[in-house]
Amino acid sequence: MGGAEAARSRERARTGWLLSAPALVLLLVAASGPLLIVLVYSFLAPGQYGNVVWQFSLDGWFQVFLQRDIFDGTVGPADAHLTIFWRSVKLSILTTLITFALGLPTAWFIATRPPDRRAMWLFLITIPFWTNLLIRTFAIMEVIRNEGLLNNLLIGLGIIGQPVQIVFTETAVLIGMAYVYLPLMVLPLFAAIDRFDFRMIEAGYDLYASRWQVLRRVILPIIRPGIVAGSILVFVPSLGAYVTPRVLGGGKQMMIGNFIELQFGQGRNWPLGAALSMLLLAIVMVALLVYVRATTREERDG
Amino acid sequence: MVKVFGSGDHALRALDDVSLTIETGEFFTLLGPSGCGKTTLLRCIAGFETPTAGAILLSGRDFTAEPPNRRPVNTVFQSYALFPHLTVAQNIGFGLEMLGRPRAEVAATVERMLALVKLEAFAGRRPQQLSGGQQQRVALARALAPAPQVLLLDEPLSALDLKLRKEMQGELKRLQHETGITFVFVTHDQEEALTMSDRIGVMSEGRLLQIGAPREIYNHPVNRFVADFIGETNFLRGRVAQDGLYLATGERVGAAPPSGARIGEATLAVRPEQVRLEGPGDPGSLSARVTQTVYFGTDTHCHLHLADGTEIIARLQSPPSGDVGLAPGAEVGVRFAEGALQVLGD
Repeated sequence: MGGAEAARSRERARTGWLLSAPALVLLLVAASGPLLIVLVYSFLAPGQYGNVVWQFSLDGWFQVFLQRDIFDGTVGPADAHLTIFWRSVKLSILTTLITFALGLPTAWFIATRPPDRRAMWLFLITIPFWTNLLIRTFAIMEVIRNEGLLNNLLIGLGIIGQPVQIVFTETAVLIGMAYVYLPLMVLPLFAAIDRFDFRMIEAGYDLYASRWQVLRRVILPIIRPGIVAGSILVFVPSLGAYVTPRVLGGGKQMMIGNFIELQFGQGRNWPLGAALSMLLLAIVMVALLVYVRATTREERDG
Repeated sequence: MVKVFGSGDHALRALDDVSLTIETGEFFTLLGPSGCGKTTLLRCIAGFETPTAGAILLSGRDFTAEPPNRRPVNTVFQSYALFPHLTVAQNIGFGLEMLGRPRAEVAATVERMLALVKLEAFAGRRPQQLSGGQQQRVALARALAPAPQVLLLDEPLSALDLKLRKEMQGELKRLQHETGITFVFVTHDQEEALTMSDRIGVMSEGRLLQIGAPREIYNHPVNRFVADFIGETNFLRGRVAQDGLYLATGERVGAAPPSGARIGEATLAVRPEQVRLEGPGDPGSLSARVTQTVYFGTDTHCHLHLADGTEIIARLQSPPSGDVGLAPGAEVGVRFAEGALQVLGD
């Protein structure tokens, strides 16, 4: 009997592998494959007109963090690069916080509508996805530029005398990213709040919790899976954002994504671009790890 | 107190002129069918609903306008509503923590509560890892931990299976006795109400029909609804006269009516266990024919047709053989136990 059982179980396992084969092949070819190539490129030397020369070199990685003075040959930290890394991380964290602050009330609002209305509200949330990101970003530009909607309105109301310079600043990039990634925060938050048992709120009040304590000690911990999912969905693409900082930052407020593009384009330094890409990947992985660790530890300690 | 939901034509009077005084340390039960307003009344006491008119006083203080978190009242919710992200101990300590009690005091009370509900071994578990009965006990401990003046229980046993429910009924009585806290218990289960309560308030359609001790409610229901809702009852068309109670068909079935009963046509009620069966034609007995017997284990229900076609049920203790020896069609005499007939209002 045991033999037959084991054979059946082997059979099942084989069928499982067979069924997932297309997905596995796709992942291997389309995701892991290119990633491996990028990893290899980061250890090669740059070609004169872009591309790479098949010759082992650590210059790509060296240039990520350090620079050699062209006059006296001394080695120092690559300040310009570090500024870009720091700006990327800072803006991504801020974007995550802003989308959370705006997304939580929005998701709460949708989840507390009558069931037949929720679909409509969710549908409205997804409308921005229908239009090209580039066009939406230019639309934001139209709102915040010096002669744009916002400045004209504020001047018209007499609140300010001079247009406020928003465009081509970090603020502009932040506004753009928060706008673009807000739905990615709202949707997982909605899913979590939708599952939330609203009697928990009554139980909290009944046990002498104030409104703030109910939010902090009951609602937020229970919907945490949604908060984690939303934060990851916003933080990760923010870190690699390319279009938004390019258009709204005007090339002055470069983020990692733009800097990588520069190496593969005008910079003609593919190994440096490849090393930067791997670094971006590493930052994302470390950030996710820290985040998951922090949230699960809190779970254990309560 | 009045509570109206909605307005205009759709207004629902969930509570209609309810007035009630509950004594300190009492086990008070609100009993009624679903939708009778008992839960609304409980939610008004807890502070989750605001009465449209009227006031809620606790030890003489008006709490009507206070939010739930400022009332010295805790609730055991129907589905427990335990916090899934906290352990059993953290759930129990939640109220005290919110009250800002020192850590040591919270820990000590949690210990005491865990012992009280016999869940010491489960302090570190999460609610999802417990059985229904254990979750129920955590909910009780959580609500008792802050030592409220009043504990509200909203059908807390309805999710449990029969055996566990019986067990928890005893447990609840014990906890109430040990803590001395006033319990306000909501249920639609009349047996639960009768066995556990010091007093019962029977509700229907937003109104309190009768308040009294279990024996009083069972033996002297004020009207047909109360008599019918609590236990089983035979209703008979009859007449109240100066010299006794008569059936509509003319037979005298009881002694002089209790003082206060209106002379004239009335509905008479008698509990099945107060119906005695005798041989056919015994003097003073009503003649009846057996239509059906239903065996319930300890009891056997004997369905009878009186001469005028009225159907009544007699509850007989099952004999050792289990067979009461009454076949359908058998002729018997029926007599009602002395003082068992009740005259009902509408």
